[in-house]
Amino acid sequence: MSVPARAGWATRLPVGAKVLALLALSITTVALRGVPAAVILVAITLTLALVTRVPGRMLLRTLRGIVLFAVAVAALQWWWTGPGRAIESLLDLTTLALLGLLLTATTPVGDMLEAFVRWAGPLRHAGVDPERVGLVISMAIQSIPATITLARETRDAARSRGLAGSPRALLTPFVIRIVARAHETGAALQARGIGD
Amino acid sequence: MAEPRSERRAEVVLDAAEVRSPDGRVILHPISLSLTEHRIGIIGPNGSGKSTLARLVNGLVEASSGRVLVDGVDVARHGAAVRRRVGFCFTDPAAQVVMPTCVEDVELSLRKSIKDRVRRREAALRILERFGLGERADVSVHVLSGGQRQLLALAGVLATEPDLVIADEPTTLLDLRNTRLVAETLFGLDQQLILLTHDLDLVRRCDRVLLIEGGQVAFDGSAEAAVAQYEATV
Repeated sequence: MSVPARAGWATRLPVGAKVLALLALSITTVALRGVPAAVILVAITLTLALVTRVPGRMLLRTLRGIVLFAVAVAALQWWWTGPGRAIESLLDLTTLALLGLLLTATTPVGDMLEAFVRWAGPLRHAGVDPERVGLVISMAIQSIPATITLARETRDAARSRGLAGSPRALLTPFVIRIVARAHETGAALQARGIGD
Repeated sequence: MAEPRSERRAEVVLDAAEVRSPDGRVILHPISLSLTEHRIGIIGPNGSGKSTLARLVNGLVEASSGRVLVDGVDVARHGAAVRRRVGFCFTDPAAQVVMPTCVEDVELSLRKSIKDRVRRREAALRILERFGLGERADVSVHVLSGGQRQLLALAGVLATEPDLVIADEPTTLLDLRNTRLVAETLFGLDQQLILLTHDLDLVRRCDRVLLIEGGQVAFDGSAEAAVAQYEATV
């Protein structure tokens, strides 16, 4: 859940600096090969999470959310290319998830929205509404926890009907609910005059 | 936020407004009426067209034929202008509350009207105070009770200072305590209120009640008479 921790020095850093740092570390994570580099990057990210005082519960929740996906990818990598790449993938995905958490946990959405609107300012000359661009990006970031909740509810509903192993029973209602929620949110924003 | 004025109203006129689905099915038969009362209730069975009728008023649904006017302004032509005057509160606040904390959500509604961030935050905090959510300003919206979340959704709507508030079954998902909390807040507003509800006790407090059945106005009159007619058909 990307609820800003609102504590610590990192919250006061400029959003631009944090986004650039996030980008630099993400590119480094993807570009550097080998398990030792992946271990160092996970360690750096975990250290950053600790020094920026990201709440432990939030950290655990993020790790829990990514672990299933990361393990599935790692299993495939193990099958295709061996244990080295598998461990590297697992660690890299964990690093990327933690980096995303670091940004959202130390940046109030309002600050993020202001920054995106400012950065999209030059696009005004091309007929693009910066306010709308900022809103869309902020909404996309905010929608992640709600999407995870919908996925869990859909999975539980499938389980309760004895259909846990059916991709159709999981994916079809999940996609329908995501689209319905997006539609409802769009209507609610429109009703509040946001984006008009 | 400006000081509340007493009994702010708008005149809503439906002029043979009809809504059809894309495949031509009639969802709302042509309706002509004028709504000027301070508290207007809309009741009727599920799927009768209540929400469609309410959504017509602020342009969330467009009339297939006919017109909808709010104080003479055509909703189809000037939807944005009408939505500035007509606030809409949904049944499920989860779709309406989009920011992570209470104060940020109210601030979102104020982005257009107050450009300065400090002033915007101060205004948002004042609004939250008014709704009894002042101490929850920086709290995650996910930890609010159902009633508090609905109040926050309402605060986000009222931040734009509409003259008319439409509330679409705002108490349906709430327990008794939260229902009372939200109902007292709604009926305490100086704004004109159009309330869609299945709660017949609530609707009895309205000045005028429309009973919608099968996409038509089956009754239009006093609350007691509307409720009696509705109960007779169930």
